[in-house]
This record gives sequence, C-alpha cells and structure tokens, in this order.
Amino acid sequence: MIELKNISKKFGRLQVLNGINTKFKEGECIALLGPNGCGKTTMIKTILGMVVPDSGQILFDGKEVNNEWQYRKYIGYMPQIGRYPENMTIAHLIQMMKDIRKDGNIAPDDRLAKSFGLNDMMNKKMRTLSGGTTQKVSASLAFMFKPRVLILDEPTAGLDPISSEKLKERIIEEKEKGKLILITSHILSELDDLVTKVIYMNEGNFLFEKPLAELKEITGEEKLSRAVAKIMGGQSIGKPSNQMQPA
Amino acid sequence: MKTLKIFLGIVVALVGSSDTLTAGKVYVGTNHPNKTIQQGIDNARHGDTVYVERGVYKETEIKFNKTLYLKGIDFPVIDGGRSGNVMEIHAKGAILEGFKIINSGQSEMHDFAGLLVVDSYGVIIRNNKFENNTYSILTQHSRNCTIKDNEIHSVANNEVLFGNGVHCWRSDSMYILGNNISGHRDGIYFEFVTNSLVWRNISRKNIRYGLHFMFSNNDTYISNIFEQNESGVAVMYTNNVNMYNNYFNDNWGGAAYGILLKDISDGEISGNYFGRNTTALDIEGCNRLKIFKNRFINNGYAIKISASTLDNEITQNNFIGNTFDVATNGTLVANSFTGNYWDKYEGYDLNKDGRGDIPYRPISLYSTIIESNPASLMLFRSIIVSLLDKTEKLLPGITPENLKDEKPYMKPLAL
Amino acid sequence: MKKILKYVIVDIIQNKIVLIYTALLLLISLSVFNIESSAAKGMASLLNLILLVVPLVCIIFSTIYIYNSTEFTELLVSQPLKRKTIWLSLFGGLATSLSLAFLIGVGIPVLLYHADATGLVMILSGLFLTVVFVSIAFLAVGWTRDKAKGIGWAIALWLFFALIFDAIVLFLLFQFQDYPLENAMVIMSFINPIDLSRVQILLQMDISALMGYTGAVFREFFGSSMGIIISFLGLSVWIAVPLLFSLRSFKRKDM
Repeated sequence: MIELKNISKKFGRLQVLNGINTKFKEGECIALLGPNGCGKTTMIKTILGMVVPDSGQILFDGKEVNNEWQYRKYIGYMPQIGRYPENMTIAHLIQMMKDIRKDGNIAPDDRLAKSFGLNDMMNKKMRTLSGGTTQKVSASLAFMFKPRVLILDEPTAGLDPISSEKLKERIIEEKEKGKLILITSHILSELDDLVTKVIYMNEGNFLFEKPLAELKEITGEEKLSRAVAKIMGGQSIGKPSNQMQPA
Repeated sequence: MKTLKIFLGIVVALVGSSDTLTAGKVYVGTNHPNKTIQQGIDNARHGDTVYVERGVYKETEIKFNKTLYLKGIDFPVIDGGRSGNVMEIHAKGAILEGFKIINSGQSEMHDFAGLLVVDSYGVIIRNNKFENNTYSILTQHSRNCTIKDNEIHSVANNEVLFGNGVHCWRSDSMYILGNNISGHRDGIYFEFVTNSLVWRNISRKNIRYGLHFMFSNNDTYISNIFEQNESGVAVMYTNNVNMYNNYFNDNWGGAAYGILLKDISDGEISGNYFGRNTTALDIEGCNRLKIFKNRFINNGYAIKISASTLDNEITQNNFIGNTFDVATNGTLVANSFTGNYWDKYEGYDLNKDGRGDIPYRPISLYSTIIESNPASLMLFRSIIVSLLDKTEKLLPGITPENLKDEKPYMKPLAL
Repeated sequence: MKKILKYVIVDIIQNKIVLIYTALLLLISLSVFNIESSAAKGMASLLNLILLVVPLVCIIFSTIYIYNSTEFTELLVSQPLKRKTIWLSLFGGLATSLSLAFLIGVGIPVLLYHADATGLVMILSGLFLTVVFVSIAFLAVGWTRDKAKGIGWAIALWLFFALIFDAIVLFLLFQFQDYPLENAMVIMSFINPIDLSRVQILLQMDISALMGYTGAVFREFFGSSMGIIISFLGLSVWIAVPLLFSLRSFKRKDM
C-alpha cells in the first residue's frame, strides 16, 4: 500500500534518512522504534509530504506521491505535538477539517471525540487547552475521517491512562478492520497488544524490520520491550537496513 | 481719475453712434443697385447708414474711409479669399457692426488682417464675427476706438504664419470690451498702446499668449479670462499697469505662465484668480508692484520671483493647493511677503489675533534643488524629500533667510 | 482554495492588530481632512500615510502573521491540500483583510472628502501598495525560519523601499546631473513599488508643476493612459514576482 524506495534526506549536514526501503501493507500495525533523533518523525513526515526527500520515491497504492496531494485524504495523522491555530475553538477546528476533508461518501466519525469528553469544551480556544487535551483533539481528528492509513506519532504521550486506554482500544478496532497503522512510541509496553511488525531505526537507517512473532521467536521473549533490548544487544549497530529485510 | 476718463470715453462712443440714425440709408444686396459692399460705401455720404443684406460677399481690400454706420443684417459674410486685408477702415467715427469677416490673406512678408484700422479716431467695431484671418483686427496709429463684443476665432497652428486676435500698435485710448478670442498666435497684443482699457474679454486656446503687451503704459485690465493659452500671458517693459479681477487658468508647459511680468513697474495686481497654471506669476525685473488680494489655487508654482526684482509688495493673497508657493533664483530678496494666507503654514496663533506667531517661509528647499536639477522633481513628495524640507524649514541653510511672511494669516482671506 | 481563504480571513479579521490598524487609519484620515485647512493639504498628508505607514504595517504584520501561522500551515500541509492552495490562501487572506482595512480606513474618508481622480488614484495606489508589501513579506519569510530575523528583514526591506532607495536616486541625480537621466528615472521608478505609486499620485496632485518640467519623456510616459496602465502592470508584477518566488520555496519547505 505504501512503499518507500531509497528515501534519503539531509537537514543541513545531518543525514536524517539514509536510503530507506520498505513496504507497508494493509492490515499491518507497525511499531517504529528508535532513539530520539533517529529519523522516525522525519520518515513519517516524508510519507505525508510534509518533508520533501532529497532523493527516492514514495508510492501510495503503487502511484508516486511526489507533488500529489489527493492521497492524503486516505491518511489520518496524529502529530507528536499537535500545533493548531491558537485563536480557533475546537468546534471551529473540527468544522474546518470537515470542510477540508469533505467527502460525500464518508460521514465523519466523532466517537473518539465524544469518548474523550471533548463535546463539553467545544468552544474553548486551542491556546487555552492543556497538552493532553490537545493530544485528544489530534487523536480525534486523525480518526474522524475513517482513513485507510493511520499514522500516529507518539499517540499516548501526555494522555492520562484512561484516555490512553480508550485510544488503544480504538487503534485495535481499526487494525481489525484491516487498516494500515504506523505508530511511533517510546513506551514499548503499550504496543504489545497492537503491533504486527517492528522497525528499529538509528541514524537514518533501519537496524531491523521484523514481524513481531518472528522477533519473539528469535529472542524467546514475550514482552516487546525485552525482545527489543535483547536483539539490540546482539546486533551490530549501523548495518545497512536492506541486508536485514526478512527473506 | 483715469478710470473715470475711460468710462466717459465709452459713453461718448455709444452716444455718438446713435447720431447716424438720423442720416440717409443705403442698401447693399443682390436685390439692390449696390451689389458689393465697396459700392455701398462709395455711394454713401458721410453720416449715412449702409445696410448690407445677408449673403456672401467675395470682396477684399474694401476701403472703408467715410464716417458711416456699416451694418450687416443677419451676419453677411465678407470672404477675403485669402488675399490682402479683407477691409481697411481709415475714418473718424465709423461704425462696423454685424459682419462675418473671413479668410484674410496669409503671408510671411505682410501682416494681413480681417480688419485693418489705420489712422482712425472714434471707430466702433462691435458684434462682428472673425474667422480664419491671419490677424483678425489690426489697429495702427488710432485713437479712441472701441472693439466690443466680437467673436474672434482662427485656427492658428504655427507662430510665423499666424497673427493675433486683436493687435494694436501705436494706438491710444482703446477700449477692448467683451470680445471672445481664440485660436490665434496672441489673443490680444499691444505695442505702444497707452491709456487703454481691456475689460471682460475671454482669450483662450491661443498658441502663444492670451495677452501680450510691451511698451504700453497706463493701461488697465479688468475681469478678463485668460485660459489654456500655450504660454499664458506675457507683459513686458511697461509702467503703470493695473490688473483687477482677471482669471488666469490652466496654462501648462515649461514656458507657460498665468502671467509673466518682465520689467513692469508701478502697478497694481489685485483680485485676480490664478488656477492650475504651471507658474501662476513669474516676476522678473519688476519694481514697486502691489500684488494683493489675489487667489493662487492649485498651481505648480504660485510665484517665481527673480533676484532682480525689487520693492514689490505681496500681501493679503491666498495661496492654496500650490505645489510650490514661491521659488527664486537668488539668495537676497528685497520684496515684502508679509500678511498672506498660506495653506502650507504649520505655525500657531497663541494670542488669537488671526495671524501666525512664527514666520512662514514659502520657499521649500526642494524647489531650490529642482531649479538646479529639474529631473529631481520626480522624487518630489517622497519621504526623503519631505525630511529634507522639514529640516530646512527648521534650520534654513540654502533657502533665502529673509524671504518670509512674518505675519501669515491663519485662515484664508475672504476674497 | 475558497474554504481555507475563509478561515484565514476570519482569523485575521478577529486579530486585534488589524482592527487597531483600521481604526488608526480611519482616525488619521478623518482628522487630516477635518484639521487641515484645505482638502488638498489633507491629501498631501495622507500621501505620507500611504507611502510610509501602509507599507510598514503591511510588511511587518504579514511577516509576523505568517510566522505565527506555522502551526496552521503545518496542520494543513498534512491534509489533502495542495501546498500552492495553502500558500495562496494565506496570501489571499492577508491581502484581502489588509486591503479591506485600508479601504475602510483611508478609502471611505477620501471618497467622502476628495472623490476625484486624485482620490481614486490614491486609493488604488494604496491598495496596490498594501498587496505588494504583503507579497514582499512572503518573500522575506522564505529567507529564514527565525521569526526575529524575518522581522528584521521585513523592516530592512521597508526601509530600503521607503527611504534608502530614494536617497540613492537623489545621490545619482546629482552625481550624473550633466547627463540625460530621464529614461533612467523611468526605469528607476519601476524598481521601487513605492516610487511607482508615488509618481502616479504625483501626476494627479502636481500635474501643473510637472507640466513645467522641461524633460518630456517622464511626463509623456507616465502621463499617458498607456503609461498609467504600464505603471499599474508594474505594480502587479511587484505583487506576482515575490509571491511566486516565495511559493517556489514554500513548495520545497520541510515542515
């Protein structure tokens, strides 16, 4: 569904993405892991067209997305830190997003907003919201238009445990509908129930990319966090990612 | 006194004309024995009235040399056929009325006119139409003549081949009243013409000057309109000129003036209106003029005054909406500018006497700069220029220090 | 395009600064016409407002607004929208609302007190300058991601066009006053949008004086209806070119 071919990106002299090749399929739920500054967010942003890669191709449904914009209506994106126009109210913001993503066939789905209790604060301006509430708004917007792909950048950061759980449930629900879900997170324990595939990035490379089952099998660990720790202990850092593709 | 004399002159002229009604009548026309105007004149006796019926009379060089009342009925046309003077008056107390005189000769050697008046006295030329003549009315060595209510138009397009509307030379006590003149080289031209009155004429769209005179002392100009003449009005080398309540409008061009005064001394210029001229009043080498109660509105330069100009008094005028109020080419100015209204004045009046408490300096630095570098006019009203001007107003360095109005009015004078 | 534009305009119009700007323009215009002894003099004062204040406010407000809209543009870029649409909507919103502010603040008083050719050219020039300086702000924003530096650039550009450029021209005029400079002057005025507007207004306000200017080229060029059309085309180029350059860099910009 989404294919990255040899994507490279430099910010100044810093090589943020270094020839990334990968494929994401429908029904997959991919955990994108790695230390801070390893290029996770940049990779996500290149998929969304927010960052323009220096070289390489991104294909969505087999079509190149360079300078395209239509494909983004199939993607719901929840940014790491949601930044919104300060003077807009939540209602206003949602209304605007509905305007932008208006599609005759899809009725907006605001279940998540309701379950987060956003309905009671619709008239609050964005600048008055706490970080957590802003995250709730981001999450609600990502799921609202029933996208085929969900890209969630640190979705649970700043959320209270209850909301976090609600979001998780919702992610599982979407996954079961066969959607492609891409999650980055630092808190590996959250991902245990969700993930089908794990990608570990460092300095712009994929250190490994393996299905969760395989990872558990190799390491003999049940917990994702332990499995990752274990495999990282045995891997030499810096190998090109393409050598680690599962055969 | 002088004005009274002039008015008496008009009354005498008008009364004199009614005397002829008691005399005999001669008719000119296709149904009459006198087929041509010349025949009519020749067959009339002194004091007769000659009626000319409607029609086109292809005659030229008509000799009008008797005291007659020559009257056209329904404007008979006298067509000079582009040769010579169409009619020449050489008489005392003759009256010409109601004709349309067209197509005088045109020559680079001779000054041909629609109507030539020579060595005449008390002639009245009224209610005629002049078209397409080189000179329309040309008087020489004549006295006490009246040129009144004539329509005088031509289509001049070059200054050499075309002449003036009303051209008087070496004449005295002339009365030029209510004529409407256009399309000549100069509308009204006086040379060596004295003690004359020019009143209520309209002189417009002439290719040189609306009014032009030189060496013509003791003349008075009242309530005339001079507008859209290519060079405006120019008057030179004359003493005792008085100009009241005239309009000088819309004279645009590098050498166009509302009025150019050159070597004019001892006169009054008052109650005149100067609107939208490139230069409203250009004063060069003039002395002892009293310029008061005039309105200078929306001109490029209201007054340009040369350094050779002395002892003139410029007071009680309104200066409104002019790009530049005063410009000069010198540094020492010996003229008085006190007691005018300047719309650019930014002073205050603490004692509430209606007069500003600090002097107004009507010369802007930038107008001085433009004098030396005309292309810099293009930067006018830019911020840098406004800053320069403001600085100069506070600390005069380049503009003449003594050119100022010590007691400017705070409000426009009612004029 | 329309839907984004709507949100941008609503957002800017709610902005206090734009309201204050409108009120300030209105206050200055009305007081200028009421305090000055003649409408003509009022127009001369308004000219400074249009040549100085309008460009300054437009370029600085736009610069700050674009920097402050980073979140907004970021949000929109991740949505199914063309970058061109987003950028032009932002531009359209700023240009529309600042033009509206100018029309209310200056346009209405001028029409009330001085509704003639001079007034109309003044309003038209002011509108063009508003949009030109919004466009230049977009260009300045593209040069740096740092807001403080960007505002610095904006002020520098304004200073250049409002003051320094004319000072240079004045200097050149005197350095080369023995040479025919008219054609050069015509070209020079196209390099500076403020000069281009000023000359248009000058031709209305000071036509009598300009007619006395011996060099005919300037007068004939700018005075003819063709010249007026070309001048306003020149101003349109001043809108389009900075905007297109900024659009090009925005299309490649990483969020």
